Amino acid sequence: MSINGRAFLAGAFEHPGRELPNDSLAQIHATVCLGALADAGLTMEDVDGYFCGNDAAGAGWISMADYMGLRNLRYMDATESGGASPIYHVSHAAAAIAAGKCSVALVSLAGKPRTGIQPGGGGPVVPEDGFEGRMYGVVGSTSTYALAARRHMYEYGTTSEQLAEIKVAATIHASHNPNAFLRKVLTVEDVVNSPLIADPLHRADCCVITDGGGAVVVVSPEIAASLPRASVKILGSGEAGKIVNGGRTDLTYSSAVWSAPRAFAEAGVTPADVDYVSIYDSFTITVLMMLEDLGFCEKGEGGRFVQDGALVAPFGRLPFNTDGGGLANNHPGHRGGITKLIEAVRQLRDEANEGVQVPDCQIALVHGNGGDLGTRMRSATMILGREDS
Amino acid sequence: MTTVRTDSALPVPAPIINPDTAEYWAATLEGRLLITRCSQCGEASWYPRPICPFCHSTDTVLEQASGRGTVYTFSVVRKVPGPWAKAAPYVLAYVELEEGPRMMTNIVDCPVEDVSIGAPVEVAFFDTGEGSALPRFRLVDA
Ligand SMILES: [Zn+2]
Repeated sequence: MSINGRAFLAGAFEHPGRELPNDSLAQIHATVCLGALADAGLTMEDVDGYFCGNDAAGAGWISMADYMGLRNLRYMDATESGGASPIYHVSHAAAAIAAGKCSVALVSLAGKPRTGIQPGGGGPVVPEDGFEGRMYGVVGSTSTYALAARRHMYEYGTTSEQLAEIKVAATIHASHNPNAFLRKVLTVEDVVNSPLIADPLHRADCCVITDGGGAVVVVSPEIAASLPRASVKILGSGEAGKIVNGGRTDLTYSSAVWSAPRAFAEAGVTPADVDYVSIYDSFTITVLMMLEDLGFCEKGEGGRFVQDGALVAPFGRLPFNTDGGGLANNHPGHRGGITKLIEAVRQLRDEANEGVQVPDCQIALVHGNGGDLGTRMRSATMILGREDS
Repeated sequence: MTTVRTDSALPVPAPIINPDTAEYWAATLEGRLLITRCSQCGEASWYPRPICPFCHSTDTVLEQASGRGTVYTFSVVRKVPGPWAKAAPYVLAYVELEEGPRMMTNIVDCPVEDVSIGAPVEVAFFDTGEGSALPRFRLVDA
């Protein structure tokens, strides 16, 4: 696809300062972003795409999005290509706009080499440092996901036994997978009797820790048609970010509530059409909340949805993570996205393990939650179909 | 008058202070909790920063919060690696301040079993030893 004539540069701003000892790195980004938007006649509320490189303060795009209050993002790109990064970003933004993925993309770059890297003002320090996380004994992510789990229980009556059903289904699937890390089928009692790590999450509510990895190849329709193997059609995708929003923190939902409708709309299908789901399962609560946010049940009904073997392949209402997922099979490098794509491809090729292949699997959903249900996060949802769909 | 305490049962990490937050941290040494108030839209926001995340104005000021609030959610952290291991079990929480923002913190000075969602709390400051004090919260009577 050509981007010729499909996108335009509408605003630009150069910071007038050349020595900025009293500005934080994040503040400089915000200053030039406001300047460029003003030049274009736009506001932060108009922005739905944000692009930055490693020069941005904090953990990629989300830290700056949080800092500036960008709450409407649906496309983001932290592609790091050294000094050429903003050129890549503009190119990507044009392609994304041509494809309808965003309409106002903001690209920023800033640094402080002259007045030095000052604490919190430069280098890889997130702008929220000092106000959460390490200050309060957050080590890893179990305790912050536990904050979300506790609130879900309080608001909707979700129980530890319901969360445990998700782990049980994963271990049933893993028992069919000769490569799975955990091959022992657990019961609800096993899960709730495992040690509490961060109340209300038990050790068995957590994913496994494994080495490994995976990859997928994405090709053009022409190439796909020329290959002997069955391919999988990408029908739609959606992206979103959820920011802490100035302290109006609400832990009862994830940014999947925005990414999922976008993916379904692009694909022209609904949750009722989905035969199989790969859901990034860092913890049991992650899956439960995603089932709600992806639209497979109403908010607050996740606990009841997962009872009675709903997630168990091949005959449950919504078979999930038939490789055993991160909860039982594999979580290489503490990252669950690639394995979710791979298992969806297997299902759509009828190549899942014996005993967990979903009959006549036509439509699969893949969802990843990156970040933290307890603070700020990114969501990506993808709808896949068979080659001839 | 709130005083800065040196009797913490939990580790007291020091923040990295930057131009956004110097005024905030200086106030903690006086036992005062500051939040950002936007002069344009009037919203109180957390964490401190010079841009308002609601209307994006940079016309903001730090004002003193009451230091009172309620528990929005919490977790009793029981198993953790590293320097916090000896402090376990301890309570990680979000407190909803009277002014609106919810902030991550710890609930201290009580058995972990006593903490519940909705419980009223007030701030207490703990000296980091590095020119700042960390706000945590303790249960109080309603
Ligand atoms: Zn404002």
